Amino acid sequence: MSASPALPAVGGQPAKASWILAPSSANTVGLGLILLAGALVLLKPWLPDALVRLPSLFVLPFADALNWLFEFVKDDLGFVHVTRAFAGAVEWLLDVTGNLLYGKNRWPRLEPIPWTVVAATAGCLGYWLGGWRLALLGTGTFIWVAVLGQWQWTMETLSVLIVAVPLAVLLGLCLGVLAWKSQRAERILNPILNIAQSLPHFAYMIPVVIFVGVGPKAGAIVTIIFAVPPMIRMTLLGLRKVAPEVVESGEMCGSTRWQLLRHVRIPTARTEILIGVNQVIMQSLAMVVLASFIGMPGLGQKLLQLLQSLKIGRSIELGITIVLLAVMLDRLSRAWAMRQPVHFDKGVPWLQRHKVLVAWVVLCVGFYLLAQVFPLAAEVGRRQALTLSKEFDAVVDVFLTFVDPVTLSIRAFLITSVLIPLRDAYLWLPFSAVVIFFAGLGWRLGGWRSALICFAFVGLISMSGWWDRAMITAYMVSFAVFLSALIGLPLGIWAASKESRARRALLACDTMQTFPSFIYLIPVIMLFGVNDVAAIAAVIVFGVVPMTRYTIEGLRGVPTSLLEAADMSGANRWQKLTRVSLPMAVPTIMVGLNQTVMFSLFMVIIAAFIGTQDLGQEMQRALSSTDVGKGLVLGLCVAFMGLLVDHLITQWGARHARTAGVSA
Amino acid sequence: MKAKQPSRAVRLAQVCTLVAASVSLASTASAQDSSDPIVIPIHNWNSQIVMSNVVGQLFEKMGNSVEYVSTDSQAVYESVRLGDVTLEMEVWEGAFGAAFREALDKGGIVDAGDHNAVTREDWWYPDYVAELCPGLPDWEALNACSAKFATPETGDSGRFLGGPVDWLKHDQERVDALGMDFTVVNAGSASALWAELAAAKKRGEPIVLFNWTPNFIEAVYPGSFIEFPTFEAGCDTDPALGPNPDATYDCANPPNGYLKKAAWDGMAEKWPAAYATLEKISFTNPQIAEMAKLVDVDELEPEDAATEWLENNEDVWSSWIN
Repeated sequence: MSASPALPAVGGQPAKASWILAPSSANTVGLGLILLAGALVLLKPWLPDALVRLPSLFVLPFADALNWLFEFVKDDLGFVHVTRAFAGAVEWLLDVTGNLLYGKNRWPRLEPIPWTVVAATAGCLGYWLGGWRLALLGTGTFIWVAVLGQWQWTMETLSVLIVAVPLAVLLGLCLGVLAWKSQRAERILNPILNIAQSLPHFAYMIPVVIFVGVGPKAGAIVTIIFAVPPMIRMTLLGLRKVAPEVVESGEMCGSTRWQLLRHVRIPTARTEILIGVNQVIMQSLAMVVLASFIGMPGLGQKLLQLLQSLKIGRSIELGITIVLLAVMLDRLSRAWAMRQPVHFDKGVPWLQRHKVLVAWVVLCVGFYLLAQVFPLAAEVGRRQALTLSKEFDAVVDVFLTFVDPVTLSIRAFLITSVLIPLRDAYLWLPFSAVVIFFAGLGWRLGGWRSALICFAFVGLISMSGWWDRAMITAYMVSFAVFLSALIGLPLGIWAASKESRARRALLACDTMQTFPSFIYLIPVIMLFGVNDVAAIAAVIVFGVVPMTRYTIEGLRGVPTSLLEAADMSGANRWQKLTRVSLPMAVPTIMVGLNQTVMFSLFMVIIAAFIGTQDLGQEMQRALSSTDVGKGLVLGLCVAFMGLLVDHLITQWGARHARTAGVSA
Repeated sequence: MKAKQPSRAVRLAQVCTLVAASVSLASTASAQDSSDPIVIPIHNWNSQIVMSNVVGQLFEKMGNSVEYVSTDSQAVYESVRLGDVTLEMEVWEGAFGAAFREALDKGGIVDAGDHNAVTREDWWYPDYVAELCPGLPDWEALNACSAKFATPETGDSGRFLGGPVDWLKHDQERVDALGMDFTVVNAGSASALWAELAAAKKRGEPIVLFNWTPNFIEAVYPGSFIEFPTFEAGCDTDPALGPNPDATYDCANPPNGYLKKAAWDGMAEKWPAAYATLEKISFTNPQIAEMAKLVDVDELEPEDAATEWLENNEDVWSSWIN
């Protein structure tokens, strides 16, 4: 569900195995462990039960311990008063934006801003940042919202985002600076960020309900928690990159440490920090629907209501609005990141230097006055609004009728011949074999350190007591990732062959990524029914996106000089692709694969709304019974799976870079 | 309980009590409703949303301020207990009885009386299925044609599409107790149930699934409940009751379960007039169906539907607000 390529959670350090064990011996140990795992699988019928499933003696009551810890922190330490006080402050801000945007009956009790004024503001901002195209995008989005009668809900959503995004940026900036200043802070923050970025959303929604309550404030706070990690990472990255020469010149001017930070380092790291801001915005929009489970008002809440009464057409309208908002805010914030200060010659009159500002003021005043005379310029009511829901319903209906015979015929085959046997195979595996296999794989890729990390991840999952459910999640995710790669890779290669096609494909990726996944759960159920095929299909729709995106990006990044050299040596298109472009793009494609795994893990949890028997189903139960401990344990199981794959791919990447470096 | 409230609310409550105390010293003013907003939770089904809006607009007519907040329908009882939301308009015996009783035991929540409406939750089929399986709605007739309900994942036995597991419906226990040739598959959400129903209707496939009344789906897809052995109180705990002497859950769900209202235990003190009204409010099944229809069929927004319902039914609610 993350709205844009969140930075891969970077775990572990580059392998330093070489000085501990020679690479060859590392390979032998790793291989030995993998062979041992294979032997355990083959010998399964004769294995003692303790090697097939972890004996219940070793299954630790993590959930009870966490619940006790939460109770202690909440009541005995009185932390709940701190969080509730903070939430109270956030709520005050939300009341103000709520009043200004949709007329919530709170201080300052003004009339809501007319939609025409908001649309004009977005247009002027767009023009100032990126010319006519962005102006059109900004105005067009709000005209769409107003004309389709979604103004109230969109403003409810924006009233929360307007508070959550700046707070997330501020918090991220502070923590980023802290991590940059102090090695210890970084060492504490890094694993927390890794886990936070791979924890399913539902897992940390439960503590928020307990510490903050429900309502817009909870929506805002859960959005902040979800959006802050990329901001921290980008701030840290930006500050690290500041060249010492720049800092020295600052010192020569006699700057204090605060001045150095405020006027030298942060401005120099501007681009990275602004990319962080962009990430915060996109992550926040991705939370719009999920946060409505704990009281975020607006588009997400309305969307779930409409889906519950099977109004697909109208929910697609809302989905388009969310995509438009995301694309608009993404492009505006990116333009802001890339924007260079404009310099005017001396003597240019004030009016000319600030012509956009003047135009904005004139337009705002004009529309305000217009709105007093024509109510339609202030707000378009639901009854006057247009709707395209009938058309969308018809399109969906035609699509379903067309595809239904195909899916119906493959569904029986997939379930009986592929999925059920595959699931049974995963469940049949002795847990000891799985643990040892991953330890061996870790050893081969990154030495004993990696082996230990992999061992810990898989071992902890088995000690959580959710092994069978975790294996069902693993089976669905691995099959979905396999199919996503099978679809996304050729799609990316095809799209990357032409620049204009690549750009269109990337736009399609953006759209797919921000389009609320809940909407396509419904057609998927209609096609496949409530079963694992539907869940896996929904995961694939989402998982194909990063695979395609990173394949395109990887192939586009291949230096043209290399391609020209291949041309000169007489390579045909196929040879050029397989011998030059793809090998060069492999590291980027592997990052894409890593992202596909992360996306699939998030989505498979959401597929619990179709009906699954995996960790997601239990997570849903934990949410409805507000069981913090259980929710967190389940969430950590999912996070560990993600971190395991992330670690292995990172290690593989480091190894690949070393060998590539040697052969070059 | 006070310690668990938001600190701001505590302070406000203290100020209110002080003011109230000084006012009552000075005069014999009657208890006034607090000017803080009454927070009404809304969930994701339309009758509940419209009903909550109807009640909210009634409170507003009485001069109270009201806010709506969307929450999960199970987790809401924890929020009522903590005073984060003030009341809950639809406590279904079958779906939320357990969560409600658990919250009652923990304290902080009170039972604000029953609606006139009764609820029923059980196995259900759309009308066209009756032609495919003669003898319905009898459960033995259903069992006789179980093979027609088979799907790839259930093999030869029929599939019953149940609600999400957290609705705790004991369908599997009933299948076992009655020796039915059915496998229970749990959908993950109500939307998933309706999506399957719509697709089955389109293909003309037989389907039997979990449903309840009052519910909007009755207006869109007419159908009937399966008639299981008659419900007896205690059939879920005492194996002797029901046709199978060795098993529990060998009977139907209660055909007329309660539909309650619940409130935060501080509501009566903070908004006495609104609480008195809440206790009097009682909707009937046809009234609830009408509210759902205004949204699901007539395509009104819930808040407009509530206004329209109030305009058309003044005789119903006028006695509640005095």
